[in-house]
Amino acid sequence: MRSIGRRLPRGWRAAGWGGVLVGVAAAFVALPPIGVRDPAVPVVIGLVALTIGIGSWIRGERRLGAYAAAAGLAGLGIGFLATRSSVENLDAVVIWGALFASTLRFATPLVFASLGGLFSERSGVVNIGLEGMMLMGSFFSVWGADVTGSWQLGILIGLTSGAAMGLVHAFFSITLRADQIVGGTAINFLALGITGYLFIRLYGEQGTPSEGLSTIPDTSLRFLYDIPPDRLGGFLGDAFAGQDYLIWAAFAMVFVVWIAVFKTPPGLRLRSVGEHPRAADTVGINVFLTRYAAVTLSGVLASAGGVYLALGFVNSFEPNQTAGRGFIALAALIFGNWRPFGAAIACLLFGFSSALAKSLQEYSLSVSTLFEALPYVLTIIAVAGVIGRSTPPASIGRPYVKQ
Amino acid sequence: MLITTKSVGDTLTTYRAIFDGAGLDWFLPWNTCMDPCGPAIKLEQTLLIWVPLVLAGIAVAFAFRCGMFNIGGQGQYLAGAIAAVIVGAEISKSVDLPPLPLVLLTVVAAAVTAGFLAGIAGFLKATVGAHEVITTIMLNWIVIWVGTYLFGFDGPLQNDQAKEIPASNFVSDDAKLPQFGVWGHPDLQGLPWISLGVAFAALVVYTLLLNRTTLGYQVRAVGHNPEAARYGGISVARSYVLAMAIAGAFAGIAGSLDVLGWKFRLDTTDFAGTIGFIGIAVALLGRNTALGIGLAALLFAALQTGTSTRNLDPEIFPPELATPLTIIIQGLIVLFVGADIVVLTLLRRLRRKRDAEAPA
Repeated sequence: MRSIGRRLPRGWRAAGWGGVLVGVAAAFVALPPIGVRDPAVPVVIGLVALTIGIGSWIRGERRLGAYAAAAGLAGLGIGFLATRSSVENLDAVVIWGALFASTLRFATPLVFASLGGLFSERSGVVNIGLEGMMLMGSFFSVWGADVTGSWQLGILIGLTSGAAMGLVHAFFSITLRADQIVGGTAINFLALGITGYLFIRLYGEQGTPSEGLSTIPDTSLRFLYDIPPDRLGGFLGDAFAGQDYLIWAAFAMVFVVWIAVFKTPPGLRLRSVGEHPRAADTVGINVFLTRYAAVTLSGVLASAGGVYLALGFVNSFEPNQTAGRGFIALAALIFGNWRPFGAAIACLLFGFSSALAKSLQEYSLSVSTLFEALPYVLTIIAVAGVIGRSTPPASIGRPYVKQ
Repeated sequence: MLITTKSVGDTLTTYRAIFDGAGLDWFLPWNTCMDPCGPAIKLEQTLLIWVPLVLAGIAVAFAFRCGMFNIGGQGQYLAGAIAAVIVGAEISKSVDLPPLPLVLLTVVAAAVTAGFLAGIAGFLKATVGAHEVITTIMLNWIVIWVGTYLFGFDGPLQNDQAKEIPASNFVSDDAKLPQFGVWGHPDLQGLPWISLGVAFAALVVYTLLLNRTTLGYQVRAVGHNPEAARYGGISVARSYVLAMAIAGAFAGIAGSLDVLGWKFRLDTTDFAGTIGFIGIAVALLGRNTALGIGLAALLFAALQTGTSTRNLDPEIFPPELATPLTIIIQGLIVLFVGADIVVLTLLRRLRRKRDAEAPA
């Protein structure tokens, strides 16, 4: 107990976290099911969060303070707007269970891909080919499931194609010491071309088979609906009951990656290769092997994101299906400061903005598109160092030459 | 393509078909033109794509020479196009300008907008050290979504006529560039000669700017070695910002020329185009020299038109397969040109082997 107690945030750090929560509450009170109609309430709560944020910012908790202030402002704005719009519109857009379920669905491919990016970049190899690796996973999982008639083999084939792309990237950027960004760009081109070619060659006009394609089954956790009170049970049921296996795998993977990278000897080797390859080499770590393994694994994880997208989410493949999700995943990785939990939270945040954009479409098509831009704006703000500084692994992007 | 043609036909025939599809056979002396001249139309389409590819290639190459990787060509191109539509279609409604100033204003607005956008990436690199690859990728997508917001469904600048089409208004007739009228034939979609001229001029400007001006010297110095450049009294931060802004301006001009020359409006459905990304391949293959960029852009433009559904003879090679193949070829070129060290390493290994054998 004492060790847990010691690790809990204290002082202004705790205040910062509290500020974030208060900021979220400012928006929450104005939305259903509470639905306060008086604009003063969210404004006051938002201002409280802002004050707490500024307070902890002044006391040295820069990052958390900024987060709390931002949450306060956002909560104030959203809460105020919510009190101004009609109750029917609010009820149509804000259905927490559905919104949460759709957030998870949008976040899952991002989680896989950004964890993939984490392995590669932590080992010192920039991977902007995540997009292409995802796309390969998408197509080959559908093709595999179609040919073999089993979704398990479909997943396996999808992951293998990602590993192959990872190996290509590894070969060019590690062995041949080509520019890693050029290599990643080439991977994206290649994946777009290969999947597009095979798709037209094998499926053509009709598209991938919709009938009889073996897809990843949903877990049916019906018991969640029975959890009292009714409202909570309904929310949990809507949010979690109908999700498929890969969603759970994605969030389990966050823990696995955290343990693997930060709590095991191979993880330490991985990070040391990314920070200072010469020093790692001196103590006997095989830099090339570590980087090869990391980049290949990166391909596998990124393609898992594509597999989920095709075989779990929409149950089909279309050309350029990933449509920039690989880059959002990259953004999430940077936003999360190259850490598994940070990246996962960023993925959830970006997934939420996609889910919100989707449900706002009925309300206003044009405004909803602006939410799609949110992840990229937040990432630029993050790398610009306004909210704490993102620090990449020290020797990222530099090929290693053994002496 | 070598591998895949076995099933479809002779490789050479396919290459010939792509060559013809790009309209390059127009240059062959024995090719007599019928009316309307087929090869001329195709050649004109190739040249239409050549112009933005040259400019996008310069946008990547100029940043390269300053030691930066401008992967934001697509966003800068789009930003230019968006600015061009706003000036050419919206502002021109309320302000009455004669054609020449209007066109100039539009192109300058596009160059400034795109230059500013790219300048953000340069500025962030110069001040907080944010990697330009990350920032330009993010800016690409921000521009795409902002454009979708502006011209898409229910957007504030969506066209007035057809609300079911997510596109902008057409630019006013005064802002459209004059066209060749294709070798005298009025029926054919014209080729704006101004665009061609600008592309050639841009190549000249690129070379002069880089090799004959102080700014170009500073940019190259920073590109070689930023530490040495700083020691030599060059403001590295200023070079980063300016190099990115100038690079962005080139891409922005490409966007405006496309809008004023032949697109006349922006359709949000083709925002996912790849002009900016092919620009990377152009710059890599062209080795950042003006001549190289011009030729590489011609190769990619010809590949693109030659394999399009419209121009490739479907009896020789199915064009819907050729289009993804073109993308694969572009990828392979980027991959192998990027890895030119392959050649160097092989040569070195060969030499070392010879050296080792020599004394024996």
